[in-house]
Amino acid sequence: MSQVELTVNGLTVRVDEGSTILDACRKLEIETPTLCYADTLAPVNVCRVCVVEVEGSRVLVPSCSRKVEPGMAVHTDSPRVRTSRRMVLELLGSSVDLSRADDAQRYIAEYGARPERFGPDAATVAKPVKVDNDLYVRDYSRCILCYKCVEACGEEYQNTFAIAVAGRGFGAHISTELDVALPESACVYCGNCVAVCPTGALVGKAEFDLREAGTWDESRQEQVQTVCPYCGVGCNLTLHVQDGDIVKVTSPDDHDVTRGNLCVKGRFGYQFVQNRRAE
Amino acid sequence: MDLRLLTAEPSEAERAAIDAVAGAPEANGRRVARADRDGRHLLLPALRAAQRRVGWVSEGALGYACRRLDVPPADAYGVASFYALLALEERPADVLHVCTDLACRLAGATVPEGAHPSPCLGLCERAPASLRTTAGEEPRELQLPETGPPLPQAGADGLRLLRRIAAGVDPESLEAYRASGGYAALARALELGREGVLEAIDASHLLGRGGAAFPTGAKWQAVAHQPALPHYLVCNADESEPGTFKDRTLMEGDPFALVEAMTIAAFAAGCEHGYVYVRAEYPLAHARLEHAFAQARAAGLLGDDVLGAGFTFDIELRIGAGAYVCGEETALFQSIEGYRGEPRNKPPFPVEVGLFGKPTVVNNVETLANVPHILAGGGAADTRLFCVSGHVARPGLYELPLGTALNELLELAGARPPKAVLLGGAAGSFLRPDQLDLELSFEATRAAGISLGSGVVLVFDESADLVDAVLRIAEFFRDESCGQCVPCRVGTVRQEEALKRLASGRANGDEREVLADLEQVMRDASICGLGQTAASAVRSAIENLGVLA
Repeated sequence: MSQVELTVNGLTVRVDEGSTILDACRKLEIETPTLCYADTLAPVNVCRVCVVEVEGSRVLVPSCSRKVEPGMAVHTDSPRVRTSRRMVLELLGSSVDLSRADDAQRYIAEYGARPERFGPDAATVAKPVKVDNDLYVRDYSRCILCYKCVEACGEEYQNTFAIAVAGRGFGAHISTELDVALPESACVYCGNCVAVCPTGALVGKAEFDLREAGTWDESRQEQVQTVCPYCGVGCNLTLHVQDGDIVKVTSPDDHDVTRGNLCVKGRFGYQFVQNRRAE
Repeated sequence: MDLRLLTAEPSEAERAAIDAVAGAPEANGRRVARADRDGRHLLLPALRAAQRRVGWVSEGALGYACRRLDVPPADAYGVASFYALLALEERPADVLHVCTDLACRLAGATVPEGAHPSPCLGLCERAPASLRTTAGEEPRELQLPETGPPLPQAGADGLRLLRRIAAGVDPESLEAYRASGGYAALARALELGREGVLEAIDASHLLGRGGAAFPTGAKWQAVAHQPALPHYLVCNADESEPGTFKDRTLMEGDPFALVEAMTIAAFAAGCEHGYVYVRAEYPLAHARLEHAFAQARAAGLLGDDVLGAGFTFDIELRIGAGAYVCGEETALFQSIEGYRGEPRNKPPFPVEVGLFGKPTVVNNVETLANVPHILAGGGAADTRLFCVSGHVARPGLYELPLGTALNELLELAGARPPKAVLLGGAAGSFLRPDQLDLELSFEATRAAGISLGSGVVLVFDESADLVDAVLRIAEFFRDESCGQCVPCRVGTVRQEEALKRLASGRANGDEREVLADLEQVMRDASICGLGQTAASAVRSAIENLGVLA
């Protein structure tokens, strides 16, 4: 594959043709904040926290999706870039509950964002938590509209299309058809939306219950690698175990076949392992 | 796709309305017939048809449209809930949409009980205005008042784009169009050949009239030489910038000129299929265009082998459903394709990856209207349309040579001594009384750091409430943000909040800094032009007029 040479912050870098500016930044170990970007999904470039300055461009460009061009001169730490990144974080932080969004919290500290500057009356997306099934919970007060769940549910992975963005502007939100509860929707409970959610808006019911009870404690959890026992595909599973109980199941993002995805059985069908106490 | 569909059934009327768009269903039970599997682009027309028949988009209608067009219900709900004019709750068949935007506010618009407030309806010269929609077997939409004042420059010399309208040439008669010089330009284009037309347009230095002022010739050239096929031609007639009504006037008054211009563009850029995307609020333009398309087809001016010259071209009318952002070219593509009007990131630009992912020429109505004049011997494109409204004695559409002073236009229109003039619409800038000697040209306005935009000239006299105008502009952008990117989705809300605090005396002291930061992040980091200009007029009101300063 042919290579493209460009500069980032004055440093020359060569990356494969078709790479993004983000790829080039990573190669140079320049840390770039991202929220709506995921290694396992095509970039939707909507959060705009990864914007960078490209010489000759009237506006900033999203590094997650903009392809490199020969001779491009990129700046990732100019005042313009820092202002836009800080503002994106302030806008999100003032409208969305980011208390479980670890990356966002880290960026807020790093960029000196002050979400509280918009005052106590700033509009938020707060709404009641949706607990309408036994497998996962939707808390859209924590949703930054990164579109990852929609992409994972739709054509990127699951092809179920149970959810989409509905409404418009500040009222835009993730929704099933006509906002029906999940059991009435097309959802197949694969939980691949939960797996990609970066803010804790989508969370397994077991985790939700433990968090509500105040007993969720990642420092007490161990991760056990295993293989799904159900079918012959043999997806890799990571069991998150707290006090001897499985509390969450994920799949490694870097696995060639599953790319972090599972089906309902692999992700949620683990109760039989720990029904011993009910005997 | 293997979709889980809605179980609600449509009424017979809804079914018939949707079938009229999607075609007769194949006998395939409740499964999606193979022939229906690429019907996604018909989603908006199907939903619109159902609503025009029964007054709203019911669950049965939504579900049936999904079944016929192979669209997931959640996805279709996302689309339906995006567009302001589609109702997802039952409402009366008869709905009055009352414009509460800038020009109509100045004219004292009030919203009667039961009526819906509306953003600018593009009827500013007859403000206050409204739109009545009536669903039923014979659905109707009516712009009110039904007619506006006559064209202010009727009888004046030197009109090009408005010549036929000023002369009262019948917009429903192809013969009258031809008798007044129509189709001479297409004949000339065929003589020149594709490359000749491309050169002529390039040489004319025609700049886009939709707001961005991009060179039209460069766009056509780029598409003409793209190897990917097919090429598409899209006429952007989603004119929704508050204060703008020029494209409506052209489509209503001289529709054949648009057909001819599009045919020339299609010939030059190698497009077989053209779309005109018109906002839903322009029913008379829809009717006039459909009529013109039919007449042109019957005369062999559209269709296979246009004028026996061996090229094929036809035009399809697509109608919006209430979304300012769909005037952004990539949002417009999304809308035609049956999706939410969420702009795409650029690059790639439409000339490479446009409608349906193919190379696409997108031109505004006024831009295209210049094309026949350039080819028929006019040479340069040196006039511009200005939509004058507000506190003037003779509101309406004016055509003036580029470079005319704003003062001169205000005098022509009988403007009362202005306290401020809004140039370019909600995405434009406010001018002070001492700035009215501004030359109305692309160069002079650019040098002054402002934009002619869509040609809006909205006059505010001493009596006008500028704070109210600024708050309305902020509300407009909050309402019209598509919600895709954070800077615009949340920024437009924070902007309105800060302005309201300033206006109500509840300021906490750092609003100016907040507004400046918002302006910067929206301009620098928004995906599209809507967000990038959402603070432009607000900032000019504060900095230039001292409003809320």
